[in-house]
Order: sequence, then structure tokens, then C-alpha cells
Amino acid sequence: MRRLFCSLALTVAAIVAGCGKPDFSDAEKKTIASLALNTLPPLKPDTTNRFADVPAAAALGSTLFFDAGMSRDGTVSCSTCHKIDRQFQDDLPQAVGVGRTNRRSMPLAGVARDPWFFWDGRRDSLWAQALTPLENPLEQAGNRTAYAHYMKARFGERYERIFGPLPDFSGIPQNASPLGTDAERAAWNAMSDTQRDAINRVYANIGKAIAAFERSIEPAPTRFDRFALDLATGAEPKGDAAFSREEILGLKLFIGKANCVTCHNGPRFTDNGFHNTGVPPVADLPPDRGRVDAVAQVEADPFNCFGAYRDGDVSACGELRFMVKDAPELVRAYKTPSLRGAATRPPYMHAGQFSSLDEVVVHYAKAAPSVEGTSEIHPLELSDRERAALVAFLKTLAE
Amino acid sequence: MRSARRNVVRRRGTGLASIWRYVLAGVGLAALLAGVLAIVYLTAPQSAQLAGPDVARTKKTDNGLYVANFVPERGVVRQGELESWLLTLKTKTGDAVEGAAIAISGGMPQHNHGLPTSPQVTDYLGEGRYRIEGLKFTMSGWWQLRFAISSGAGSDTVLFNVVL
Repeated sequence: MRRLFCSLALTVAAIVAGCGKPDFSDAEKKTIASLALNTLPPLKPDTTNRFADVPAAAALGSTLFFDAGMSRDGTVSCSTCHKIDRQFQDDLPQAVGVGRTNRRSMPLAGVARDPWFFWDGRRDSLWAQALTPLENPLEQAGNRTAYAHYMKARFGERYERIFGPLPDFSGIPQNASPLGTDAERAAWNAMSDTQRDAINRVYANIGKAIAAFERSIEPAPTRFDRFALDLATGAEPKGDAAFSREEILGLKLFIGKANCVTCHNGPRFTDNGFHNTGVPPVADLPPDRGRVDAVAQVEADPFNCFGAYRDGDVSACGELRFMVKDAPELVRAYKTPSLRGAATRPPYMHAGQFSSLDEVVVHYAKAAPSVEGTSEIHPLELSDRERAALVAFLKTLAE
Repeated sequence: MRSARRNVVRRRGTGLASIWRYVLAGVGLAALLAGVLAIVYLTAPQSAQLAGPDVARTKKTDNGLYVANFVPERGVVRQGELESWLLTLKTKTGDAVEGAAIAISGGMPQHNHGLPTSPQVTDYLGEGRYRIEGLKFTMSGWWQLRFAISSGAGSDTVLFNVVL
């Protein structure tokens, strides 16, 4: 009898262990491997910026990135909102430059791999993106000719060594821009086409230098990557590469029932797309319709891929050429952010709507309808334990 | 006599043990069955999804006017990258369809959204082959691509499923 029960117990244990032992199915293992940082391909050259991989350009770009002189009142630089010791973001619900903006600063790890820039994708290259805050009255609030004059006065020699001779500045107004105040716009319109083109070229080169620097900002391996590597090679995860039961449950939910991986896919945990996920608007901010309003902006940008300041040939412009221009799902659609490092940089969403990952997970489980347009998210039953597990997993992407 | 009785007892004992053996085998089989069922149950949604849409790369159009073939130009599908595919159109009788006007739409039926890009026919390569550029599959799952085809032979539509 005793032997019988022993063997019975052993059989049951073997079956239970057999089901639970390989913690992940082959399909799950494949998905986990596709998220690991070692599958991130080498950064592709940017043919639209022939200085993208020129070290002197990146060095100048780095100087400009941290230079508060690159603003109207000399107090704001790129690094004001993209703080080097804070994943190149600022921990604020909405960025504050010269004034308070209506969007959350984005972190910069892996930014050179994005096809679209800003939360709504209103720019189509890293160098065109870098130019936009410089003239935004709420960010760096400068103007185009002032930046060109500043480059000549402060960095003339460095600039010319990289980009060639600066233009003739005689007769170029101190303050002029097609986007500035009435006086700046009038001054810009009074300039000749040749002068405007010469200033635009200097301005584009500022963006190209900053972009060259930003290409060096890449995501670093995390606990998740060490875990995923061990899972892929069959090695026993050691030290912090071992996941707790809760973290494993969170990972399984992330790639399974909770459907997070649908959009947060690949080694950067983003599909680089735009989605309406029903994130509520912020009460005191101006109306914000996301991607649908960005389409016209990127098309009108003189520094876009079809514009005169692109290097290389037009074959690099596929994203702009095949962009979706009018579809109902563009309404209140925002870019899928990377989740690497997200756990240590609240608040979340395009205007800092949620102050913790718990709130984010609750939002996605509840799937409230969008105030405008249609949310792509479907409601999901998640227990308290499952919600906590998802958050625990997300933390492994920031350790 | 004594030894015979002992034999009977022993035989009876053996009989009891064999009943237990059957019980054990039964329980073992039941447990095995439960395990198999669990595996089937756990993997069912995936295999159902895979078995779902028809992923044939060559199809008759909806009204039978054309035979369409839709394949990635480089042979493999790479998630998250702009790709070009080739749509080859033949008539019922196998003649190449030239000068067709082709409109492309699609999306992910399970996710409430259309295509993330606007693919277009960018070139006619001869022999009924049309190059379609600007396709981008940003996520794994079930994608649909609809083609509205118009030529001298008439107008027709065809839907291709792509599962990544």
C-alpha cells in the first residue's frame, strides 16, 4: 500500500512538474528572444544626414546639445528637458523650457532608430526634429538668423571644418524666422531667397550635428536581457538574471493574455507606430488630437525628407512617401514609447497623465473609450496579483 | 495440505496485488490523459489562430476574373521594415494583366486598425507583375491586404491574409 501511494504520488508529481518545468512554451521563448537587446540590429546609416557618423559633427552636436546659449534668453538647452543623468528626460508631466509645453519630454535611448519623432511624429528625421524646439516659443524660443549668427560668432571655426564655409552674413538681420514673432517673420520675408536658403542650410547643419551626437545614445542591457539570454542559451540564470515567480508571471502576461507585446514589440519594446489607446486629455492644456494633426505639419516642414536640405537620394524617404495621411485611427493616436527604463521615469503618457505604472496598467485593463476617435484597446480582466506582476516585470527593464 | 493452503493464501494475496496494479494503471492513465488535455488546452488558442485565416499566396479574385499572386520581393517578411511585395495578375486563361489600376487597403482585423503605411503600386515589371512598395508589418499577428483591381478585363477584388 505504502509503495503504491509512493509511486502514485511520484507519477502525479512527475506530470505536474512535466507541465510546469519548461516555464515557457516554444512560442513564448521565441517572443522573449525577440525582445532581448542582443537582437537589436546595428544602427543603420542615415543617408539624409551625411554628417551623421562624422565624429567632429557629433562632438559639435554634443556641445550644442548642452549649450544654454542655444535659446532666446540663454537659459534653455536641449539638455534642460533631456537630462543626461535622467535617461535624457525631465520627470515632469509636461516639459518646461522657456514656457510650459503641452507634452511629456521623451527619453532618447535608441532615438536614432525611430522613423518618426515627437509623440505625434510631426518630424521625419532626427536632424529635422532637433531644429523644432529651437524655434518653439515654449521651448528654446530662438529664431533662425539668431542661431546662424550665434554659430558664426561662437563656433565658426568648428562649423567650417565640418560643414564648409559659412555664408556671407552682411545684410542678414539679427532676428528673423518664418515661425517667429511678427517682426521676425517680416524680417525673414524681407530677406532674399538666396539669403533665406543660406540661413536654412546653416540651421539644417545645426540639426545634423545634434543628430550625429544623439546617435550615440543607445539603450543599455537590463536584468530582462540577461534573463532572456540565459533562457535562449538554456543556461541557469544566475544572480540578478534569475527572475522571481512574480516577474515570470508578469513576463508571461506581457507577451500573452495582457497583449502588451502587440505594440511594445522588438528589442526596443515599440512598434514605432501611433495608436489611440484612450489616454484621457489633460484638463488645462490646449486641444490635442495627436497624429491626425501632425500629418500636415510634417508635410509642410521645409526640413522634411523631400525638402532641399536632405543629403543623399530620395529613396531614403519611404516613411514620408508611404505615410498614412487620413484615417480615422490617426485621431488621438500617439507613438508607442519604448518601455526600456520606463519604470524609473514616471509620469507616463504623452502629457504625463499617469503618475505610476500601476495607474498605466489599470488604464489598459479598464480600456475606457477615447474622448475622440476609437481606442484600439479592449478591456481585460486582471487580478491584483496579475497587475502587480506586470509592474514587477516592467521593473526588470529598468534594472 | 498445509502447503496447499499456503499456496491458496499466496494466490489470494497475488490476486489482491493485481487489483491494485489495475487501479494504479487506471490512475496513471487518467493522470496522463489530464496532462495531455492540459497541453492541448494550453496550446489551443495558438493553433486555432494559426489554422484560422487562409494564407495562400495565390488566389482567384472574388468574382473569378483574375488569378493573383502576392509575395514579398525579397522572399522573406521582415517585421517593422518598409518592404516591397510583388502582385502578379493573370486572367482566367493565364494571360498577363497589363495596365491594371490597383488600390490597396487593409489592416489588422483583431486590433481595430488599418495599415500603418499607405502602400502603393510603384512600378510595372512586365508579365503581369506589379511592384507594391511601402508595406510595413509593425507587429506579429493577423494582417489583411485587400486589392481592388481594374483593367480591360473588368473590376474585381481579392483579399490576402498575412500571418506573422
